Amino acid sequence: MKALRKYLDKIKPQFSEGGKFSKLHSTFGAFETFLFVPDKVTYKGAHIRDSIDLKRTMSIVVIALIPALIFGMWNVGRQYYVSIGESTDIIKNLWFGFLKVMPIVIVSYVTGLTVEFIFAQIRKHEVNEGFLVTGMLIPLVMPVNIPLWMVVVATAFAVVFGKEVFGGTGMNIFNPALLTRAFIFFAYPSVISGDSVWTYGLTSTSKVVDGFSGATPMANAASYAIDKIPDNFTLFLGNIPGSIGETSKLAILIGASILLITGIANWRVMFSVIIGGVGMTLIFNVFGANPYMQISPLTQILMGGFMFGAVFMATDPVTASQTHTGQYIYGLLIGMFAILIRVLNPAYPEGMMLSILLMNAFAPLIDHYVIESNIKRRLKRATINSKS
Amino acid sequence: MPCIIKLRKGLNIKLKGIVKPEFLNDFKSKLFALKPDDFKGVTPKLLVKADDIVKAGTPIFYDKDNPEIKFVSPISGKVLAINRGERRKILEIVIEANSNQDYLQHEVSEISKLSCEQIINIMLESGLWPFVIQRPFGTIANPKDTPKAIFISGFDTSPLAPDLEFILKGEENNLQTGIDILKKLTDCKINVGIDDNSKNKSIFENLKNIEITKFTGPHPVGNVGVQIHHVNPINKGERIWVIRPEDVTVIGKYFTKGIYDVSRIIALVGSEIKNAGYVKTISGAQTTFIEKTNVTEIQKRYISGNVLTGSKISENGFLGFYDRMITVIPEGNYFEFAGWALPGLNKYSNTKTFASSLIPKKEYKLDTNYHGAERAFVMTGEYEKVVPMDILPQHLIKAAIIEDIDLMENLGIYEVVEEDLALCEFVCTSKIEVQTILRNALDLVKKEMC
Repeated sequence: MKALRKYLDKIKPQFSEGGKFSKLHSTFGAFETFLFVPDKVTYKGAHIRDSIDLKRTMSIVVIALIPALIFGMWNVGRQYYVSIGESTDIIKNLWFGFLKVMPIVIVSYVTGLTVEFIFAQIRKHEVNEGFLVTGMLIPLVMPVNIPLWMVVVATAFAVVFGKEVFGGTGMNIFNPALLTRAFIFFAYPSVISGDSVWTYGLTSTSKVVDGFSGATPMANAASYAIDKIPDNFTLFLGNIPGSIGETSKLAILIGASILLITGIANWRVMFSVIIGGVGMTLIFNVFGANPYMQISPLTQILMGGFMFGAVFMATDPVTASQTHTGQYIYGLLIGMFAILIRVLNPAYPEGMMLSILLMNAFAPLIDHYVIESNIKRRLKRATINSKS
Repeated sequence: MPCIIKLRKGLNIKLKGIVKPEFLNDFKSKLFALKPDDFKGVTPKLLVKADDIVKAGTPIFYDKDNPEIKFVSPISGKVLAINRGERRKILEIVIEANSNQDYLQHEVSEISKLSCEQIINIMLESGLWPFVIQRPFGTIANPKDTPKAIFISGFDTSPLAPDLEFILKGEENNLQTGIDILKKLTDCKINVGIDDNSKNKSIFENLKNIEITKFTGPHPVGNVGVQIHHVNPINKGERIWVIRPEDVTVIGKYFTKGIYDVSRIIALVGSEIKNAGYVKTISGAQTTFIEKTNVTEIQKRYISGNVLTGSKISENGFLGFYDRMITVIPEGNYFEFAGWALPGLNKYSNTKTFASSLIPKKEYKLDTNYHGAERAFVMTGEYEKVVPMDILPQHLIKAAIIEDIDLMENLGIYEVVEEDLALCEFVCTSKIEVQTILRNALDLVKKEMC
């Protein structure tokens, strides 16, 4: 490692101000700090600092996403071979999925990081690590048949207009990964809705066996074909068509436990999203006006992207509420709106994405009122004291 | 029965090099210094020049804005040098001690006969006044103010902090005299916060004229700011005076003997001190009182004060005016290959993202490396975990960054000084300089409001 360090020290001057490659200063910095934690020491304030940094935080989230990614790859292969009526083993499924999913992962990272690096250089900032997670989230919420150029366009749109125009990492209002999905959802609805997009090859191949529709549980529910929804256990395991990373609730729960044990994600948000979802379903159950309203709470939260959104999207610290009380309200409303949109608006089978984006917009307002109440409590204390 | 306040939020950083209750060999320091930077917001105007002969208690400088506040020499000897920094700013006034401590002898009057004004004047003249700090802002108190209470924290919970009961042993009489003097200053209560977990009876429990509150919890429960928040919170326009118990004994000694005696017992701690213990010395002493063989040989950082709020001094630096410990820890100026990706059995973190969190009782040797670089605010809820007050620290810091004075007032800037939010700076994922931001904000608010 010493040789590598020496080499970096040797080429460093070329990347600093006035050097040959000074335009790549931020890029060099990003790679250097990726390889080596800097030797910078404290000079004011606290002399010692916690070992955590944003890279560590983000890499923990990426690790938490790995089970969902691997399961997603396997499931892509599995769904494909089922659709053409071939029986295969786990390795073949995984390899097939790997070949289909990896290009989306790579395209998402390359596009997003390029935009981040350019903006960091323009702003003369260091590159923030936020995109490490976004880049992994994007492929996981895509259908496997997504054309790669759409991933490029959508990612670039989300990073530039969702994040950089607000000032970059930490300043954005909307979750960039969800914005990517929303962009495709509204700009190219045909590639992200319907029955045929979720299984590889279903749009083009004629080899499909009879009876394989590729319909997701959500689509079944929206068309009141309740009997076609798989049982809860299958929904939980995730051996069903859907976006790449969202199908297996088991894999998502493994990720959730990593996030909760390490304390990276906020349990208040996760918990209250689920409570909100269950609560709303129970309200619908009381009315029971149509078959969708009668679906049990457990099936509701196991369907579609509800769990994925609750664990990985709603908990994004930048776009969520920042106060504790606010987080409960924010989560609760996400859960309620997700089920509400799902059940009452057949045009949007997946309510979770829209619900989180909506609440992203309201999170600052919720925080504002929580902060106001803190201020009022403080003022009240002053008046009590002055009276006594 | 004193009231007991239990706090849960906060963090005790488990550091190596904790102090043992024994005295180390004392090597007398030859040099002593007064550092104007120890006194926040004070612009020094010198009263001495190099080669002047001074006694312990001779005024050395006064504050330009409050000329009545005088700062006096801790020792008798010769003014050796006046060290200046950029733009001729005075950094240190170094005094070489002579072999016998020679005190400037003041007249001793009977305490009961002294009026409030007389006491204030005596304290201003004799150099005792700088011990009285005011909240908000954490600056030297304005003698013209009337505080609503005086607070003394009877224990220190900061990392590797000394045991104040050990330091104050045998000082009961001076402590009581000091408290009686403070009591005469104002009509208000004198609140003392003591540790509820302590096994032995606290020295304060035998004292009169004070109101005791017991506290329990992790650091920063020993910070006087936290105690004030829970007992008698500060609102806009109010003043509270705080003073450290050691300094109360100095006041007590002055009013009994008529001399300015700032002899202190301080703790020598940190992972680079082989044998951590207590040392008897005098305020402002050069660190040469540390035995050379008692420190390790790697590159070290000397800190006057604790690792969270102390100030960096050189190996031959001087003990700060308000500090009760010297901490020595390793410097962290090294590159670490893929440091953020390793399991990290030896890395300390308040989060549970490193393998070290599997060994909860481990003690750590922490160095001065940042472990990362400054980033935008991303994580939330970290600060709240370490601030045991009804304050939203992250929002307060954001208000400080945008210099919104109204918002800062509303969010409780009057209740905090740097030490109360120092842990936020420690735990911050984005490595934001919380204490610097807060001090700049406090200075700004003070300038606009006063």
